Amino acid sequence: MKYSSQMVAKPYFIFALILLAGEIVFGLAMGTQYLYGDFLFPAIPFNVLRMVHTNLLIVLLLFGFMGATYYLIPEESERELWSPMLAKLTFWIFAAAGVATILGYLFVPYATLSASLANSFWPTMGREFLEQPTLTKVGIVVVVLSYILNVTMTVITGRKTTISVILLTGLFGLAFFFLFAFYVPQNLAMDKFFWWFVVHLWVEGTWELILGALLAFVLIKTTGVDREHIDKWLYLIIAMTLISGLAGTGHHFFYIGTPGYWLWIGSIASAAEPIPFFLMILFAYNMAKNRRIQHDNKIALTWAKGTAVMGFLGAGVWGFLHTLAPVNYYTHGTQLTAAHGHLAFFGAYVMICFTMISYAMPILRGRPHGNGPKSQKVELASFWMMVLGMIGLTLALTVAGIMQIEMQRLPDAAHAVGFMETQAAISKVYMVRLAFGVMVLLGLLTYFYSFFVKEEKVYA
Amino acid sequence: MSERITKNMARNIYFGGGLFAILIFTGLTFDTVKQIPKLSHDDKITESVALGKKVWENNNCVGCHTIMGEGAYYAPELGNSFQRLGGGDEEVFKTYLAGWMAAQPLDTPNRRKMPQFHLTPEQVNNLADFLIWTSRVNNQEWPPNIKG
Repeated sequence: MKYSSQMVAKPYFIFALILLAGEIVFGLAMGTQYLYGDFLFPAIPFNVLRMVHTNLLIVLLLFGFMGATYYLIPEESERELWSPMLAKLTFWIFAAAGVATILGYLFVPYATLSASLANSFWPTMGREFLEQPTLTKVGIVVVVLSYILNVTMTVITGRKTTISVILLTGLFGLAFFFLFAFYVPQNLAMDKFFWWFVVHLWVEGTWELILGALLAFVLIKTTGVDREHIDKWLYLIIAMTLISGLAGTGHHFFYIGTPGYWLWIGSIASAAEPIPFFLMILFAYNMAKNRRIQHDNKIALTWAKGTAVMGFLGAGVWGFLHTLAPVNYYTHGTQLTAAHGHLAFFGAYVMICFTMISYAMPILRGRPHGNGPKSQKVELASFWMMVLGMIGLTLALTVAGIMQIEMQRLPDAAHAVGFMETQAAISKVYMVRLAFGVMVLLGLLTYFYSFFVKEEKVYA
Repeated sequence: MSERITKNMARNIYFGGGLFAILIFTGLTFDTVKQIPKLSHDDKITESVALGKKVWENNNCVGCHTIMGEGAYYAPELGNSFQRLGGGDEEVFKTYLAGWMAAQPLDTPNRRKMPQFHLTPEQVNNLADFLIWTSRVNNQEWPPNIKG
């Protein structure tokens, strides 16, 4: 570790991993409730489980990005963080607010939460992924702004690199588009249109800038390839992200009461959305091939390559499957959407957090050359368990989606099967999904165990 | 390919392409915002429809159901529930919805359960008006059939 203030990243990483464990546990509970409707009901109804599951994901990724940034920015800027105190303080505020919100979801009826003071003054609740009480949303804004202030001050008073500037651009975008979470028009169609300004323009826009910058940083560190080369790739990737991803938002504007031209624009632009992810694969493998150094932290490079491949599969391939309007007409709002969502979030965003953590945590724990070979072996096993578990889970959801479309969507009204009957017919596939979910959890536990593997001392 | 492209060229593609994309998207956004009121019959949003949307949000209905295909996939699509469950008749739909909401949770073992939300008759009426309004939004004839 070059700068002592990089240490503030550590609690962010640890907390992100704890939240991930929570997210998976709630995912398993949902998978069980899909099969046995009485499981946990009425103590925790499905909508509460789902809200906890998805909100934990969002918050864990924010923690992961923050930790990654606090680790990366001092090294890129060649100076200490502007205010390590502020970073520590916002960690505790964000963690406390996050835990309080989740406990609120679990122990207070949602209608009571939405009748709370801040929400009745400025209602923002009850929309998918943006279920947080208004007060929590304000808290997120405060935390993110203080984080951006900290990073900006560090960057502008230090060395400016392509990586740090692009990362910062992504963070400003993230903050800007979150503001649409506060706009809830009366008209549902208008509401849905601007809701995507948060959801799509985070995930398929600004977050990809952050992802690209983090990936580039780890590749520089683990391969020793010179910056000139890395920067060029990074620019190409994020150029394609913006060119395809902005108008690509249109693939959400097919069937929600928006004008018909989005059927064309959304289809054409979003058909190009796999390109930046494909470039990431070329990028990672090219850099690994042309590496100048043999870094002892091999598993970090494995995660980096894995992120590129899985991001391409989840976001690129599974996204493309249903992005064309005539196809989406039948797939919209089926299990196929869930399949894509799971693999994309895991492959691109959860895995980039693992990549950063795998690279940075050993250094923060006083092991500049990475963990020992035994620990890395355990971590590699956990890598494959989680990756294969997620692929299995996604394939199961894909089969479920195809069955749902075949039974419920494709036939004419007289022959189509109703929603509940279709779901009952798919139940065996949901069983397979659940089994793969268990595998992902076991993978994560194995990953946790890799932190505690004791290396045999080598005496020279 | 990458050998022939310099870092400067890549940066120009990013700034040029990014700016172009932002301009196009902003332009289309303005046009869409202008068109949505007509496509969705904004003038038909009565006070009851607006209150119904609040009932929908305050009880996190989207955590189980989809509406126009968006939401959770645990429970049926409700964007066309007016046609599917009410046959397109307002009185029939409102009677059905009141009965349905009162009967939750159903007693069938291990069927997916819908919680009891303790809505007032007024709130159920608002919710029905909101769902009726939603079913009339011009959304390119989606879903493909009545089953949602």
